[in-house]
Amino acid sequence: MSNEELKQFILTIVPKAEFTESKELLTVSIPKENLKKLVKALKDSAETTFDYLFNLTGVDYADHMTVVYHLESTRYHHCVVIKAQIPGRDDVSIETISDIYKTADFHEREVYDFFGITFKNHPDMRRIFLDEIAPDIGHPLRKDYVDEINIIER
Amino acid sequence: MGIKIKSMKQSDFKDNETLELFKETGGNILLTTVDDVINWGRSNSLWPLTFATSCCGIEMMAAGAARHDFARFGFEVYRASPRQADLIVVAGTIVRKMAPVLKRLYDQIADPKYVIAMGACAVSGGPFFYNTYSVIRGVEHVIPVDVYIPGCPPRPEALLYGVMQLQRKVKSESIMNMRDYDREHLEGTIPPKYKLNDSQSE
Ligand code: SF4
Repeated sequence: MSNEELKQFILTIVPKAEFTESKELLTVSIPKENLKKLVKALKDSAETTFDYLFNLTGVDYADHMTVVYHLESTRYHHCVVIKAQIPGRDDVSIETISDIYKTADFHEREVYDFFGITFKNHPDMRRIFLDEIAPDIGHPLRKDYVDEINIIER
Repeated sequence: MGIKIKSMKQSDFKDNETLELFKETGGNILLTTVDDVINWGRSNSLWPLTFATSCCGIEMMAAGAARHDFARFGFEVYRASPRQADLIVVAGTIVRKMAPVLKRLYDQIADPKYVIAMGACAVSGGPFFYNTYSVIRGVEHVIPVDVYIPGCPPRPEALLYGVMQLQRKVKSESIMNMRDYDREHLEGTIPPKYKLNDSQSE
């Protein structure tokens, strides 16, 4: 599918979606409530078949948080970037997609570890890396993170 | 009497005095001769551990490869097991998660053992000195260091210079006053703010 067709397809599922077309990847920004519905439709419908989640990461924009999903279809070789917007920054949460893509399981734990975004209905919502350094380390990639002992500010 | 390194002229070493002072003269002829033999053997067969944590490791590999080839100076072959190595070249950034692993590798090396801190990261944290929650600012917080090589990354020639400085240091040792590795281990060099929690610092 071309980017234009993908756009139309996504708009039928999430009318509120906003698009930005960067260099190569089609980027769509959606409210977090619509995420699961959209991802499921993109994966299941025959003409899109996004069967490969190749990246999942978080971003802290200071006034809101975002979780970014990169999807690819190994059959049609088209890609899409989904940015799920989460308003606010305290006690932020979003629905898990680890039941759709198994690989999202560890990625979501990583995002939780570094950003403190919890994923609802995740089978095993624990830290994945940082608990070995210190269990009370906090979420170090958040913009408001402070660590007076280990960080030298400049 | 200077310390002789076969492949390098005495005058090519900067700051000669420090290491010359290191070598304590005195003792009888028999012991210094034994020292010479032992140090000749040790300094010309220092085998490094295959240990590289980031970009500096690429330069270390280059130093081991054909063009620079530090096997010429007795750094014969990288050993994949600390049990067979004499030397760790800490080539790269050490983060808080890596520190206990590095400490364990160092402890597993048989005496005598040496450490070279290669690159700004291993010397002081380097480019990651500020605004980081994870990087150890200098590997000397974890294990004792013999030679520091600055640079980001140091060229293979700089590493060669560093390893030859290490050879000079080894040649200044004497069996009369051996380094006490157990003592060093107990005294530890990890400052309190880097205290690793119990499960990690065995
Ligand atoms: S000193 Fe520079 S080249 Fe070496 S590991 Fe650090 S960042 Fe990389």
